[in-house]
Amino acid sequence: MSTPLRAGTENCASPEKGEISSEMEKQADELVTRYPVSKRSAVLPLLHLWQETFGYIGPRGVEWIAKRLSLQEIQVLELVTFYPWFRQRPYGKFHFRVCRTLPCALGGAGKTFAALQKLMNLKADGHEGAMVSEDGRFSLEYSECLASCGTAPVILRNDEFYEKVDEKKASELVAGCK
Amino acid sequence: MAISEQRLIFKHIDAPGYTRDMECYLKHGGYEMLKKGLAMGPSAIRDEVKKSQLRGRGGAGFPTGTKWSFIDPSKATKPIYLICNADESEPGTFKDRQIIYKDPHQLLEGMILSCFANGVKLAYLYIRCEFTFGHKVLEKAIQEAKAAGFLGKNILKSGYDLEIYVHRGAGAYICGEETGLIESLEGKRAYPRIKPPYFPAVLGLYMSPTIVNNVETLCNVKHIVEMGGDAYAKIGRPNNTGTRLLCVSGDVVKPGYYEFPCGGITLGQLIYGVCGGIRNGRRLKAVIPGGSSAKVLRAGEVFKVKEKDAQGNMVDREVKLEDLRMDFDSLAAAGSMAGSGGVIVMDDTRDMVECLANISTFYAHESCGQCTPCREGVLWLKKILARIAEGHGRDSDPGLLKDVADRIAGRTICAFGEAAAWPVQSFIGKFKEEIQLRIRRNGTAAKRDTISLTH
Repeated sequence: MSTPLRAGTENCASPEKGEISSEMEKQADELVTRYPVSKRSAVLPLLHLWQETFGYIGPRGVEWIAKRLSLQEIQVLELVTFYPWFRQRPYGKFHFRVCRTLPCALGGAGKTFAALQKLMNLKADGHEGAMVSEDGRFSLEYSECLASCGTAPVILRNDEFYEKVDEKKASELVAGCK
Repeated sequence: MAISEQRLIFKHIDAPGYTRDMECYLKHGGYEMLKKGLAMGPSAIRDEVKKSQLRGRGGAGFPTGTKWSFIDPSKATKPIYLICNADESEPGTFKDRQIIYKDPHQLLEGMILSCFANGVKLAYLYIRCEFTFGHKVLEKAIQEAKAAGFLGKNILKSGYDLEIYVHRGAGAYICGEETGLIESLEGKRAYPRIKPPYFPAVLGLYMSPTIVNNVETLCNVKHIVEMGGDAYAKIGRPNNTGTRLLCVSGDVVKPGYYEFPCGGITLGQLIYGVCGGIRNGRRLKAVIPGGSSAKVLRAGEVFKVKEKDAQGNMVDREVKLEDLRMDFDSLAAAGSMAGSGGVIVMDDTRDMVECLANISTFYAHESCGQCTPCREGVLWLKKILARIAEGHGRDSDPGLLKDVADRIAGRTICAFGEAAAWPVQSFIGKFKEEIQLRIRRNGTAAKRDTISLTH
């Protein structure tokens, strides 16, 4: 067996816990069929599938995907560290992304972010990426342009998209996390 | 005079009762153009697209017919691929989102026609993953189209087979660059490829001929098939044909997305007429006319534009900012670009240092890191601007910023280098005094009571 990767995984949490269901295996197989020319193309879809299932991409995910696609583990890991959407540690149950790019900034994204940070009682912890609350309930980060500049400021709460999120709406969204 | 929109692509967007499912699309004449196109044949569609003079809507404005003509399906020895670039991520741009979420079948019909015209049997729809619902909308639309026989094997019994798959990105702006997108689709880091030799038309996806077109461009193909290339070319202005989706954001009363004949509206009409002027009764200070990469324009600027007069002679004409036409050639003549159609408006309370620092933070975050001038230089730009914004600027900083920016543009594999340098070059050029003043007021300036735009 190959030796586990170390470089690039310094910020990585411990291995992901949980079973790989047969449903997930089936989904993975279906995704690979979409790339009849080169199954390496299926790395991003499989990384999405893994992160959606386990919350982050740790050593198990990298190994599983590499094996499935007959790749070196580094060919998977280098994507995890390149693409901002992927993370190597779990985020909160409710993950907020606030768009920080110019039109949203003009619309008050800074105030929205500050309000969210206060409501979630989050402190910058020196980690790159999101701030995560101690109880694992909330996490918060800035995101680059979310492509809805006409309804600034906009945010994503997990997969849900919200427009014109001022401080009042931000507090409603946090209160709505059940 | 009120300027009315001419909605071609946005015809049904936000119309009461219009939904994104197949049933509704068919009720509104959906997939009729696919039938017409299949009967016309591939080369006839390509001819019409050429005649239409359609220019790519992703940012560069390259003629679509010419792009297609680089590939000859009859001589191809390898499969030809088509990729729809739905990675919309240029700050200020939100037109493709409307199409994907509200009228996905229009995109599919345009895409199927484009694939048919170019002998494509396998196509991908590369959508940014921040459209967390968008990929599901497209997957469903594809399923519906397959069930109805518009996609898959033997489309409408024409003998033509086509598969389209949705591929999600993962939050990297550089995937909007076509060769970066191709690398990403191959399962790699999105490092753009050097041209030559890696022109997508020759050595694209899997080293095969590949066409990469923007969402809006592909939708236009459907309308070109419908009305014919010559009729389409009559919309807009010569060399700037068709309609243009414009997205207005920032300090206007009514931000939003609009559709006008290309060049059929001026920047002033757009801001003051269509968008209700500058909000809170303030005045215009600056506007970025084509996505954040485009060079900024300053209120009160007058441009010397070369134009053909009635006799066809080239003459110099002075054009005020408000009178600039919103088309490719006019904005290029003013030293900026029409780009992706994202218009970002800034009012007179806005601090240009903070606006620029915000833009440069974006580019520093999004540089793929492949070319040294860009990876290092853009980070320098961000750091220098951050220190000015924080009140620690140095007298030499404006010169240093320009120097660094000048050394990025033209020295990188892809156009990201220019995209990152242009805002800095233009802000420094047009707001130098304000930036110098900000530096002289160091310390006190940092405490000014403005909403910080730099995060």
